[in-house]
Amino acid sequence: MAQVRFTSWLRTLVPDEAIEAEGATVGDALAHVFATRPQVRGYVLDDRGALRKHVCVFADGARLPREAAMAHPIRHDSMLYVMQALSGG
Amino acid sequence: MPADILLLATRKGLLTLHRANGGWRVADTAFPGVPVTSVLHDVRDGAIYAGLKHGHFGAKMHRSDDGGRAWREIAMPAFPPGAAGAPSLFQVWTLVAGGEAGELWAGAIPAGLFRSGNRGESWDFVSALWDVPARARWLGGGYDDAGIHSISPDPRDHRRVVVSISCGGVWETDDAGASWIQRGAGLFAAYAPPESANDPAIQDPHRVARCAAAPDTMWMQHHNGIFRSTDAGATWTQLELPGDDFGFAVAAHPGDPATAWFVPAIKDELRIPRDGALAVTRTRDGGRTFETLRDGLPQRDAYDLVYRHGLDVDATGTRLAMGSTTGALWTSDDAGERWTLVNAHLPPIYAVQLI
Repeated sequence: MAQVRFTSWLRTLVPDEAIEAEGATVGDALAHVFATRPQVRGYVLDDRGALRKHVCVFADGARLPREAAMAHPIRHDSMLYVMQALSGG
Repeated sequence: MPADILLLATRKGLLTLHRANGGWRVADTAFPGVPVTSVLHDVRDGAIYAGLKHGHFGAKMHRSDDGGRAWREIAMPAFPPGAAGAPSLFQVWTLVAGGEAGELWAGAIPAGLFRSGNRGESWDFVSALWDVPARARWLGGGYDDAGIHSISPDPRDHRRVVVSISCGGVWETDDAGASWIQRGAGLFAAYAPPESANDPAIQDPHRVARCAAAPDTMWMQHHNGIFRSTDAGATWTQLELPGDDFGFAVAAHPGDPATAWFVPAIKDELRIPRDGALAVTRTRDGGRTFETLRDGLPQRDAYDLVYRHGLDVDATGTRLAMGSTTGALWTSDDAGERWTLVNAHLPPIYAVQLI
């Protein structure tokens, strides 16, 4: 199964270690995570179900373009990172 | 009894201050590091609501039922997929207690109005206001989108609610949100082209406050002046001030419809105190004359700006609190005659509430 890790900014909602997730795409894998951790969904996706503007996903070392991230195909052993942009003060 | 608890919605969390031995101390910080854009203490049941803006991770809503010690994330208002444009909600700008048990109103950026009948466990989108044709002329004031910052239920009839929008003017419902009428006759926008200046749908009321004991009296800090209404927001009269009449905040005396407080700044392009000297302006005669109150406030090198929800008066009408974007907090125990600096090193302050 693919592995999903989340930014430390979300540590109150998800653990530090990788979470196993099934799915053929990034969107499927995230949906799998949200199924057991529904409180995380609203922090990663906005109220329209789109990836939040300042959240980005890395798959197997490559940063995915935001618009295409959810549909990006993954392998059974892919490693996903859900990160955030760094800005502000 | 004057209020002895003070809630501060700041750039870095929700601060609760307690008054003891004549001074105020920060007793608790909830959501450390997270911007808190709105706060409400509901006097009916003691619940405290906090609207958070996690930046990258969106806006969220929390409620405490034990005075701010424990918090639970509750439902977040959201534009339904069927709403025209169906935008993503940027932030909750104001939270107000309604008239029915458990009733809350939330005003947002973009300018959606939401109502809860169950203490925020779920929210209904008030589509009738979003669907007014005049919304096509609303525009953002300081943010990308127009927003609702003032919601004022009439204490005599809670189905009558006045809502103020930057920049979308003043709107009133008399059926709890099912239908809306544009109000705001007498307002004008000096910043707009002359042919549009009187358009009620482009007005920028920065903040509107109502006298609790005389609900027909409302005060407005508008983008280009200070206005007063004595017919519950239907018509407005501009008031003449001796100095600056730009600002964001207004506090209405809860018992005296002739008294209100404002925090002036140099208009528009600067938004800083004139000559670096912070002041509060007060009228006690319905706006015929204004006093400039400076005792205890910095009179040189001050850049403090007080935002829309950054000034509050308690139920006695004597104790006030004022927080600035510079992170300074003052209180007054004598209706603004003298001010005491509580702390000059807080995060930028978005909203204050005395409880």
